[in-house]
Amino acid sequence: MSQRPLPPPTAATERPVTRLCLTAIALAFLALFLVLPVIVVFSEALAKGVAVYLETFDDPDARAAIELTLLVVAISVPLNLVFGVAASWAIAKFEFRGKSLLITLIDLPFSVSPVVSGLIYVLLFGSQGLFGPWLEAHGIKILFALPGIVLATIFVTFPFVARELIPLMQEQGSLDEEAALTLGARGFRIFFTITLPNVAWGLLYGVLLCTARAMGEFGAVSVVSGHIRGVTDTMPLHVEILYNEYNFVAAFAMASLLTLMAVVTLAAKTVLEMHYGDALARTTRI
Amino acid sequence: MDIRIVGVSKAFGRTGALRGLDLEIRAGELIALLGPSGSGKTTLLRVIAGLEFPDAGQVYFGQEDATGLAVQERQIGFVFQHYALFKHMTVFDNVAYGLRVRRHGTKTEIAARVGELLDLVQLADFAARYPRQLSGGQRQRVALARALAVDPRVLLLDEPFGALDAKIRRDLRRWLRELHDRTGHTTVFVTHDQEEAIELADRVAILNGGRIEQVGTADDIYDRPATAFVMSFVGDTSAIPVGFDGHRPSFEGRSFDTCLLGPHRGPGLFYVRPRDVEVTAPGAAAITGKVRTVHRTATGLRTQISPGKTDTLIEIELDNSATVKAGTEVGLRFLRGRLFET
Repeated sequence: MSQRPLPPPTAATERPVTRLCLTAIALAFLALFLVLPVIVVFSEALAKGVAVYLETFDDPDARAAIELTLLVVAISVPLNLVFGVAASWAIAKFEFRGKSLLITLIDLPFSVSPVVSGLIYVLLFGSQGLFGPWLEAHGIKILFALPGIVLATIFVTFPFVARELIPLMQEQGSLDEEAALTLGARGFRIFFTITLPNVAWGLLYGVLLCTARAMGEFGAVSVVSGHIRGVTDTMPLHVEILYNEYNFVAAFAMASLLTLMAVVTLAAKTVLEMHYGDALARTTRI
Repeated sequence: MDIRIVGVSKAFGRTGALRGLDLEIRAGELIALLGPSGSGKTTLLRVIAGLEFPDAGQVYFGQEDATGLAVQERQIGFVFQHYALFKHMTVFDNVAYGLRVRRHGTKTEIAARVGELLDLVQLADFAARYPRQLSGGQRQRVALARALAVDPRVLLLDEPFGALDAKIRRDLRRWLRELHDRTGHTTVFVTHDQEEAIELADRVAILNGGRIEQVGTADDIYDRPATAFVMSFVGDTSAIPVGFDGHRPSFEGRSFDTCLLGPHRGPGLFYVRPRDVEVTAPGAAAITGKVRTVHRTATGLRTQISPGKTDTLIEIELDNSATVKAGTEVGLRFLRGRLFET
């Protein structure tokens, strides 16, 4: 939120008691459902001291999970960045048939359960699936391997960049681009010198959200990963495995890393909003 | 560079279409495209710029057929109504953008040229500022400097003063006229403000419904309006339906004396300017009118009179000492007026 002075009280303003109650209820809810879990995560992770906490990361399986997650993020986020920018550019600046269909499709991952998204890939690439036999015959492994995890992650995180950029670009219209055209600039130059800088903050925020979600995705990845320890376990999956083995410290230690990522995202969002307050607040939907 | 627009048509969903429009723009002149909203004036400007392509017709830049040329190849300067300055660039970078894109010289040469342009628009001290740190008038001048930077063959301005307040508008208008006289660029600007068009431009092209109604100097437009639309669009006018007795126009069966301007002689609409209307005692003139309202203004009495049995209102300004009352009858004499066919 940007720092604006409160409006002077009007007839519509509630009485102080009412306001106090409402604020208290809201804060209590936040504390119970958001702050408390975060505290629990860290306190459980550190329950047996910092040394034990750090030790859990020496486990090769834990390391493998972290590395795999980082690899998945490193592949899927740049791809979604490119897809997202291309899609929002097309939607915001051009008129074409099927535009509303495209917008609906971009929203699809939001409305579909992640488990279903994962199942789609099983149905497509599984051994009983549509392309399964062919892939098997050619020795290409998609399911229960890195490609499947990346595909599922891309699917789930696709909307984040595009959703952030579309309203921003639509609001800005094409005037600046037209001005650049009259000054002699062409496609790519206009894109990199005018269009992209105009949406830079929004883009950065979209990428942050996309990264946070890509790291934390559980449902879709769980279906396609096959849970092979040390090979296809991502961080969220590893948390579950550890937890089911009653290895609470290690489970919460791993969870604390994911939580940390969320906190960093939140902090970055706040910083971005301070820089870029009104435009971002107007266009942020998620 | 002279520009010829020949039979240009452009269809759109609702408004702003062009319908077989012809226009010649002379080299070095400052011409205004004037018309009500939806008349196609902005579309015409964008067709000249190459931001829109016509469905039919040609655009010539000098001898060259520019119809198919992309906007980048036309070497035009365009100033947008809301400036369209690049927000994330300084004033300097905004002005330098076109020069860099077109590789006009080395870094130092570009810097020198930008300096020159900023001097020209009196913003030399603002080179390091961002657009958001400038006032509306200053932004407009940056936009102008940016458009002039690439030495355009024609300068196109879309409602250049539309978003500014009245005082700055007047100053900037005068300044633009001086700038034009100094640099001599062929300049076309769009406006819906007739005062602005006539004060600023060498010639005014009046558009209506996607066609040119008349092109001419202020005198042509005011004193020799070619069509009824021009007559009523430029300056205050009232119109009454009249017949014709062979020599004089007649209103509700009674011929009246007047000095008839324009070529048309026959029944039609009789257009008269307020200053050519005289109010007399009832019965002293051929036409009788009923006074509808009388309002005091700074300089006199604004009076609305409807002649005969019509609902047409003739609005004139009478002397403060006049003794007209709402609801009374008066005589009306038209010193001069213009007949147009209906």
